[in-house]
Amino acid sequence: MEKHHINALKEIVGEENVLTSVEDLYCYSYDATPGHAHMPDAVVSPANTAETSKILKLANENHIPVYTRGSGTNLSAGCVPTKGGIVLLMTRLNKILEVDLENLVAVAEPGVIVADLNKEIASLGLIYPPDPGTVATATLGGTVAENAGGLRGLKYGVSKHYVMGLEVVLANGDIMNTGGKNVKDVSGYDMTKLFTGSEGTLCVITKIISKLVPAPEAKKAMMAIFKDLDNAGKAVSAIIAAKIIPATLEIMDNATIRTVEDYAKVGLPLDAEAVLLIEVDGNPIVVEKEAEKVMEALKANHADLVQIAKDDAERDKLWAARRAALPALAKLRPTTYVEDATVPRNKVPDFLREVSSIAKRHNVTIGTFGHAGDGNMHPTIVCDIRIPEEMERVYQAMDEMFKAAIALGGTLSGEHGIGLGKLPWMEQQHGLVTMNAMRSIKRALDPNLILNPGKLVGEC
Amino acid sequence: MTEKITAKDINEQDKALLSDLQDALANCMKCGNCMEVCPVYKEVGKEAAVARGKLSLMEGVLKGSIPLSAAFDAAMSKCVSCKACTAKCPCGVPADELILRGRQAAVKARGLHPIKKKVFALLKNRHLFDFSLRMAGIFGPLSFKKIPGKMAALARFPMPGMDYKRVTAPFASTPLRSQYPEVIKVDRPTMRVGFFTGCTINYIYTDVGQSVINVLKENNIEVTMPSMQHCCGTPVYMSGDVDSAKILAKHNIETFDSYNFDYIVSACGSCTEAFRIEFPHLFHDDPKMSAMTEKLAKKTYEISEFLIDIVKIDKTKLGPVNATVTMHDPCHMARGIKVTKQPREVLKSIPGLHFVEMKAPDRCCGSGGSFSLGNYELSRKINDKKIADIASTNADTVVTSCGTCRMHLTDGLFQNNMNQDALHVIQLLDRSYKAGHQK
Ligand SMILES: Cc1cc2nc3c(=O)[nH]c(=O)nc-3n(C[C@H](O)[C@H](O)[C@H](O)COP(=O)(O)OP(=O)(O)OC[C@H]3O[C@@H](n4cnc5c(N)ncnc54)[C@H](O)[C@@H]3O)c2cc1C
Ligand code: SF4
Ligand code: SF4
Ligand code: SF4
Repeated sequence: MEKHHINALKEIVGEENVLTSVEDLYCYSYDATPGHAHMPDAVVSPANTAETSKILKLANENHIPVYTRGSGTNLSAGCVPTKGGIVLLMTRLNKILEVDLENLVAVAEPGVIVADLNKEIASLGLIYPPDPGTVATATLGGTVAENAGGLRGLKYGVSKHYVMGLEVVLANGDIMNTGGKNVKDVSGYDMTKLFTGSEGTLCVITKIISKLVPAPEAKKAMMAIFKDLDNAGKAVSAIIAAKIIPATLEIMDNATIRTVEDYAKVGLPLDAEAVLLIEVDGNPIVVEKEAEKVMEALKANHADLVQIAKDDAERDKLWAARRAALPALAKLRPTTYVEDATVPRNKVPDFLREVSSIAKRHNVTIGTFGHAGDGNMHPTIVCDIRIPEEMERVYQAMDEMFKAAIALGGTLSGEHGIGLGKLPWMEQQHGLVTMNAMRSIKRALDPNLILNPGKLVGEC
Repeated sequence: MTEKITAKDINEQDKALLSDLQDALANCMKCGNCMEVCPVYKEVGKEAAVARGKLSLMEGVLKGSIPLSAAFDAAMSKCVSCKACTAKCPCGVPADELILRGRQAAVKARGLHPIKKKVFALLKNRHLFDFSLRMAGIFGPLSFKKIPGKMAALARFPMPGMDYKRVTAPFASTPLRSQYPEVIKVDRPTMRVGFFTGCTINYIYTDVGQSVINVLKENNIEVTMPSMQHCCGTPVYMSGDVDSAKILAKHNIETFDSYNFDYIVSACGSCTEAFRIEFPHLFHDDPKMSAMTEKLAKKTYEISEFLIDIVKIDKTKLGPVNATVTMHDPCHMARGIKVTKQPREVLKSIPGLHFVEMKAPDRCCGSGGSFSLGNYELSRKINDKKIADIASTNADTVVTSCGTCRMHLTDGLFQNNMNQDALHVIQLLDRSYKAGHQK
């Protein structure tokens, strides 16, 4: 990037919104993904759509790469400016523009923090359900661009189920609107869905129209401990077969259980092969009935211990173990990879067994926890990125893990996205035809390949 | 603007200081959870302001990717040491302490700076100077170089923030320790405590010191204020000057140890933290000092904590104080020594007092030691949020347990045209004892 480009950028957004000092650039060379970092040439924060459009026009004409960034909490190196250029920081666009109670729709800018949107609408008895572990820090734009999910995915779905329309800026600076407030809308290609989960490779999102739903009136949490992994798997299937869709249906494997117990002393038996945490929510009467049925399913499938929370304090206790999973694992070693390979629900026990045998084979520490209800697992690898020999084993384990997920009919990523991290396995999952179709879309919308180049679909 | 000192210029000693940090820094998984709570990041909105960014910058310096520049120094100083990031961190990274280490490294590098050299020279010959001269030598150039001439007389006192617009409490005409004999006797004392006043209470908020003494006397406790005590050293430590901090710490430790008190009390979270956590930390590798320091650490208490946990005050002696009161938990109380229940219990034992909890009572008030000295505008913004939270409780009084917080709250109330009183918890208890006598 040349000096006059920087000056032109300063003209668009104002001097103070263009960062170029080596210290500031260093702070935007990374995101939450271990092992990926590269310095940009400038960090630019626009205030609105018009400024965003001007920045992209300039970048496009001069073939300058643009890496859009929200809070930089993604786990697939989506924000890392691997080819230098511009980091486009969207956090100044942080207004909730409208809460439409008649249509149950919110219109917000991409820099709004997800938890802040939820705080705003809580008093109206509404929720925006996608709740990644990072709700309190991630931006709406970042979660839509990643199609982020969360703990409530099984019942409530993920980001794409809530995005009804978008305002985006295309690579050449053109401003485009997709979708709207219509519950039903089949007019043309579904560009809203295409852009949701596009990881900053197709457009820059500048406005989001999202669906809101009524907050559940009641919740009930339960926990079950299994000495036998298969019984846990059968219990999950039995709950769904009983036509109950819990808001949360979480599992932790033995490695995670032992780590959590060591760290938080919550009273989990060290020889348990699985712990399930289940929460049903909704109408209080229905919640009671569903909780009963869940308890029956757990007992029928030989849970060795079941507990049900009578009040909020007890609910907190049951959740404590699950909440401690990541902090406990992350404290074991300096480097933490939180993966999100996902398999069909009934394959969860098979996948967990695969992962623990891979971990043993390569002498790597992996604790797996995750969303058993939707098959979205978080095999969490803890290691030290500064030890090359160990990393060699870690990469081998990762490779086998992803291949195992694909072999079980699963997918590389349930919610964290592909970015750079999982790129090497994309063709294996999708095949060449699909990859080429995706690359054609990329080239059609971004002919100069300036938007997050090299990510998601790789070089094209 | 950028100083010409690069990573290359750092001498071996400085490198050693930073490189033993490498392991600690590697534990940060860059999850960004600290963004949720960092009051500085909330205002500035730039990555260099949040713990994740600051720790990365330190990593960058260690790798030699970025220089130990003035900008690095500035980034390290944009931290109120509120520990909110540390409390939130899933990896258990003590970010606030690490940032302090970053600041220390910057100070070491700046040691090549002429002013700094002069100070070090002074310190090396410390036997030639009496203590007050050392104070002037240490604090003058370091903490007060930005203060205009007319404040120069105050330079021997390391108080943060003397902005023109800013309301600071006046210095007391007579410092607390000059108002009383060294030992304040009572009939048949139940115990003997040493009162570590700290600078703020000795020189500015003497009213708090008087209340501490009154309340202890009410409980038949003999109070001694060792005349040789001095600033705990936290301000210099926080600005990164470990060497000077050690001199002050050692002086205080030896002074207090020589009295053999039953307990040591202080009326400030930071001061208590200094005795309990920082001093042992400073001397952990010095066997002789370490034993003495640990012994003192074990008998040091913050005043509310002391009254509730050790003295177990007799609540029947208390008279009514009619006030609606809310409370700000200083960072060093909430996350430093983790004392939040006891001050509330003190308030709740006062008849007639209506206590209302404010939103996020333990969110930093924005003062942050010497932070507000160089960053007044920013610290004002952080403080305005706190003031808004106080306003929404409809309380007529806000209490806290830290002189610096009280000063910053007073300033904030004034700047926002509000007329609530900002007091120390112990002052209300003192009033309540007085009301009890009139019963
Ligand atoms: C501890 C931890 C737990 C996590 N838990 C979950 C979880 O449970 N579920 C889950 O789904 N994820 C989870 N994540 C991943 C991460 O939080 C999500 O991916 C989140 O959506 C990222 O939001 P962000 O604002 O940080 O986006 P960023 O990381 O800044 O960006 C993410 C991607 O979106 C693009 N982007 C950002 N803003 C825009 C925009 N306005 N227009 C176009 N593209 C844009 C970027 O280029 C990048 O490719 C977790 C991460 C961590 C560190
Ligand atoms: S919360 Fe802890 S691990 Fe996460 S970025 Fe901040 S300091 Fe690093
Ligand atoms: S100590 Fe407080 S101000 Fe400093 S980085 Fe942590 S959260 Fe921010
Ligand atoms: S002045 Fe008070 S709130 Fe502010 S940093 Fe110190 S203890 Fe924290």
